[in-house]
Amino acid sequence: MSYSTKSPWILHYDASSCNGCDIEVLACLTPLYDLERFGIINTGDPKQADLLLITGAVNDQNKGVVKQLYEQMPEPKVVVAVGICACSGGVFRECYNILGGIDTVIPVDVYVPGCAARPESIIDGVVKGLEVLENKLNKMREGTL
Amino acid sequence: MNDIGWLILAIVYAIIAPVAGCILAGVDRKLSARMQRRQGPPIMQPYYDVRKFMEKEQITSNSVQDFYVACYLLFIIITGVLFFAGQDFLLVIFTLTLGETFLVLAAYSSGSPFSQIGAQRELYMAMAFEPIFLFVAICMYLETGSFSISDMVGSGELPSLMMIGVFLAFIYGITMKLRKSPFDLSMSHHAHQDLVRGLTTEFSGKTLAMIEISHWYENIMLLGIIALFFADGTITGFIIGLIAALVIYFVEILIDNGFARMTWQTALKSGWLVGLVLGLGNVIAYILL
Repeated sequence: MSYSTKSPWILHYDASSCNGCDIEVLACLTPLYDLERFGIINTGDPKQADLLLITGAVNDQNKGVVKQLYEQMPEPKVVVAVGICACSGGVFRECYNILGGIDTVIPVDVYVPGCAARPESIIDGVVKGLEVLENKLNKMREGTL
Repeated sequence: MNDIGWLILAIVYAIIAPVAGCILAGVDRKLSARMQRRQGPPIMQPYYDVRKFMEKEQITSNSVQDFYVACYLLFIIITGVLFFAGQDFLLVIFTLTLGETFLVLAAYSSGSPFSQIGAQRELYMAMAFEPIFLFVAICMYLETGSFSISDMVGSGELPSLMMIGVFLAFIYGITMKLRKSPFDLSMSHHAHQDLVRGLTTEFSGKTLAMIEISHWYENIMLLGIIALFFADGTITGFIIGLIAALVIYFVEILIDNGFARMTWQTALKSGWLVGLVLGLGNVIAYILL
């Protein structure tokens, strides 16, 4: 195991979520679930983050923000789409202002479905994201990323 | 203790301090988690964090900031080495301030408003803390008749009940230096809604690793200053000082978890008030008694 997977820092961004998934993301940090036991810190700084957790579908107003956050994060980085809206657009998919899931704007590595996604499945998604993080780190060392 | 003894102590500090500081930070996070009824990260978590920073891609918004942060690390190490080599107390204060200046310069060198606000708040914190630090040095001089740390320890005058005022003021001020609530204004993991990461917003990768390591060095040096209040040149004094330093660090963790963040105005005013009443009061007490 590399050190990256032992201390993944999370950047949480609410694209156009109804706040249901956001509350569940924050619930992961409470004493009951305690994400920090995996060394995970909820940071607000994209330059120090390893995982980007995005909730909600992307719309025209925030696609620039999502792109910028992604570009500001140093490699290796992993994007986790939390909730069905972030995965595919969910019930808002056909709305005139919605572009679709997060993967219409930036590459997504892990999809966590659910409405709202349960804390258990979010933690599962993050742990799955760590495998991707490790693979990316190995690729980075080989110089293929 | 003779010159060789002080030299060995300084070398031991330079090697052991990052290890001890890292474990201290890990215990700190574990204890904080337990106080919040969480399981908490492993004790070695700060070490994992720093190793991770080393693995990450390096992003630098202004190339000069890496130089400034390296200087910050260098001067924090020099401060600690001077302290543990038994050199002049005033020199320790000035070197620490110089290190601090480099950190603020590094934060100002980027265009980010968050890091600029962080840098500004760091300066306010320094303004609040420095007077207290100077009063400590003055009282140490009045008690032992010397500014040299080796003379202070060797004089047999410490510990003294006369220094209780300045000791309490120092405990108050050290919260700022340890970057604990209610004074974690300039940079904090908990303040990301307030100012992202403040001072360290623009730092990532190896630069951030250097900041963490300097923090470990600095914490051990600050605990060393607490121990100095109890130093009488014997092993017993050393052990009592060590225990006192650890107890005070525990109290700081407790305060960290029990208080909300203050505004910089309150922090500065209270810092000066405490410094003036307890610090200057103690100096006046020395002159009158």
